[in-house]
Amino acid sequence: MNWIKKDLIGLENLTKEEIETILKTAVSFKEISSRQVKKVPALRGKTVVNLFFEPSTRTKTSFELAAKRLSADVLSFEVASSSISKGETIVDTAQNIEAMKVDCFIVRHSVAGAPELISRNVSSAVINAGDGCHEHPTQALLDLFTVKENLGKIKGLKISIVGDILHSRVARSNIWGFTKLGAKVFVCGPPPIIPADAEKMGAKITYDIEEAIKDADVIYLLRLQKERQKENFLSSLKEYSYFYGIDENRYKKIKKGAVIMHPGPMNRGVEIKSDIAERENSLILEQVTNGIAVRMAVLYLTIGSRK
Amino acid sequence: MGKKIMSGKEIDRIIRKSAGVIEKKMGLSGLVIIGIRRRGAFLADRLAECFSGDEAPVGYLDINLYRDDFSKIGAHPVLSETEVLFNIDGKKILLVDDVLFTGRTIRAALDALMDLGRPALVRLFVLVDRGHRELPISADFTGMKAETRVNEMVEVRLKEIDGVDEVSVEKRK
Repeated sequence: MNWIKKDLIGLENLTKEEIETILKTAVSFKEISSRQVKKVPALRGKTVVNLFFEPSTRTKTSFELAAKRLSADVLSFEVASSSISKGETIVDTAQNIEAMKVDCFIVRHSVAGAPELISRNVSSAVINAGDGCHEHPTQALLDLFTVKENLGKIKGLKISIVGDILHSRVARSNIWGFTKLGAKVFVCGPPPIIPADAEKMGAKITYDIEEAIKDADVIYLLRLQKERQKENFLSSLKEYSYFYGIDENRYKKIKKGAVIMHPGPMNRGVEIKSDIAERENSLILEQVTNGIAVRMAVLYLTIGSRK
Repeated sequence: MGKKIMSGKEIDRIIRKSAGVIEKKMGLSGLVIIGIRRRGAFLADRLAECFSGDEAPVGYLDINLYRDDFSKIGAHPVLSETEVLFNIDGKKILLVDDVLFTGRTIRAALDALMDLGRPALVRLFVLVDRGHRELPISADFTGMKAETRVNEMVEVRLKEIDGVDEVSVEKRK
């Protein structure tokens, strides 16, 4: 199928076919990063702007490398030194940068909806790199890509996402993505950080880690942020680790051939016992590698779709 | 529909004959064959089978990311994977495509090849040369020269994906 959207805001508003088009396109891009000359001229003369209003190293670096490997020029907008701190609105900021003739904004913001607000006010492509507790579409796409590459399919798999679902944009995007492609998604964690609307999104809720692990094909662990303890969502990190962390005992109960994933950065010793992240069935670093190919595909499709 | 200019038998004959000529002129030592996706890839496989000596390695090139019309065409060309699983440094490359027209595809293919390494030389085989070049590019080995108008299309159909072997000249839709 042909890609026609100029923006990528979330997986909620993508069809199954659109998601599959991105994943298929990403396959062609993966090979490029394994070459000695890791660059193709597809986006030569295009300018991509990283507009990050929230700190990020991994996602920003990944987008920057993806754009550079397609020969686009990349500009990183530092929020601390920017006019936002002088009181400019994000729409004004984006429109001012666009007036300098750029082609794409990669937007991260702590407020849900910020990338969409920008996308309505600029004609450049806008890619959501994470907005509040809403969505992080490229993370979910690289997760889908990694699962498909390793397990050969997505349809019919049992995917268990464990951790702070309530505050996780990664979880939301993944629930949309995996259910649209026909997987059964379970979300698991302590009740205060499991949103009731997860079921409306198509996921099944369980508070029991044993049930989540049982027969799962993918155990997807989320980073547990230490601040949640201060905000009274958890009594302690230790307690979380005891009830929900993947330790040796629980690791043994994981089905043969199942894989462990994590969007990073990991809290070793909290959601995952230190050395389990390095086991054979851990895809954690592969996810990072695949992020480049998937982001190249997204840049290629969104920027290229502009008339 | 359209005017048939080459039958399956003729395609076979041209491939066999060309393989002989190429082998004689280029020699098999250090020779690698690289087909341009999609149909050039199948022609590359067929040529490789016709060589007398040890099998020359065959690779496949997708040139869409090297096109010069990327920002002008609204639709995205469907990408497929580049698969060149050997080192091309110092090798003699036989580049294979189905139709030579403006020369822009070959320009893109040469750029793509140079990103993969530094071959000793590159020669070009095409099944049909239909004229109307826009760049200073020519083929070293040509299966057939066809007189065409600019607004006509040369359709190469191959068994591997089209179910039939034939070449025809058709009106642009």
